[in-house]
Amino acid sequence: MVPVQMSVDPNAYAALSALMFFIGVLGVVLRRNPLITLMSIELMWNAANLSFMAYSRAWLNNAGHIFTFLVITVAAAEAAIGLAIVVILFRPRAQSNVDDAMLLKG
Amino acid sequence: MAVFAILAVALIASAIGVISARNPVHSVVALLANFAALAVLYLTLSGEFLAMIQIIVYSGAILILFIFVIALLGAGTSIEAPGPNRLTKLTLPALIVGALALVALGYGLLRAQIPSGGGMLGAATVLPVSRGEIPAVTITPGAEGAFGSVADFGRALFTTYLLPFELTAFVLLVAVIGVVVLAGAAVPERRRKAAEREAIAKPERPMGATR
Repeated sequence: MVPVQMSVDPNAYAALSALMFFIGVLGVVLRRNPLITLMSIELMWNAANLSFMAYSRAWLNNAGHIFTFLVITVAAAEAAIGLAIVVILFRPRAQSNVDDAMLLKG
Repeated sequence: MAVFAILAVALIASAIGVISARNPVHSVVALLANFAALAVLYLTLSGEFLAMIQIIVYSGAILILFIFVIALLGAGTSIEAPGPNRLTKLTLPALIVGALALVALGYGLLRAQIPSGGGMLGAATVLPVSRGEIPAVTITPGAEGAFGSVADFGRALFTTYLLPFELTAFVLLVAVIGVVVLAGAAVPERRRKAAEREAIAKPERPMGATR
């Protein structure tokens, strides 16, 4: 096996992660299909993970890997709950819109 | 460097595809491409175990969950509802906050310090190196206990980070209960009431008896 050096500045990874996070925010703000909103949230989770991994490698510290692992777990739980809410929203009518979800407004 | 550039382009292009597709199924496919590119990026960062986890958990479980929901709801044709987007009032404040966040991020990146050595965070000697300098650390993939290997990751997970790992189980339990409470109430009220009445009326029926 060939020893590998980190050939790219970790800040480049961080910039990439920031760009991806920004795209996720755009998706949440601009799209009103709840499924695509959830996917945009997944994009944001993964952008955070990429930063964790990059700086974990730069510092040679395992903590970033552990954090990424925990974030993936929490993202799975969030996706399950979010999709359950989407199922409830979709059930009574054929079309759904996050703006219609105003039950908490009383 | 070339690998990073290709992966970065793929990552951003697929992310834009996720939020711009009209059809949610196309979004899921774009998200799959995004996760694949991300997994390869993890490999370039010596995160072997997490690259596999990314493929297995994200692409194998979470995306399939999305596909299931789309298929269950027959939402392949669902388009966004017409009507005004009520968030447009917030455009100007959002732009200001976004610009401020971008400035803060750029400042942080310019000031970032890259460590010159390995080891734990507290023990590492932090030297303010100039931007673009490569940390002089080599990793031998496949070596016993190399950084990012399964052995390395597992040892950290089950010793130093055991408590967070255990708490993960609690988070998943809460998620399972939440999903059952939210989406599991599919039995109509009338049928459940009838079943309860029947159970009260015939308490002496032996266990396991068929109707």
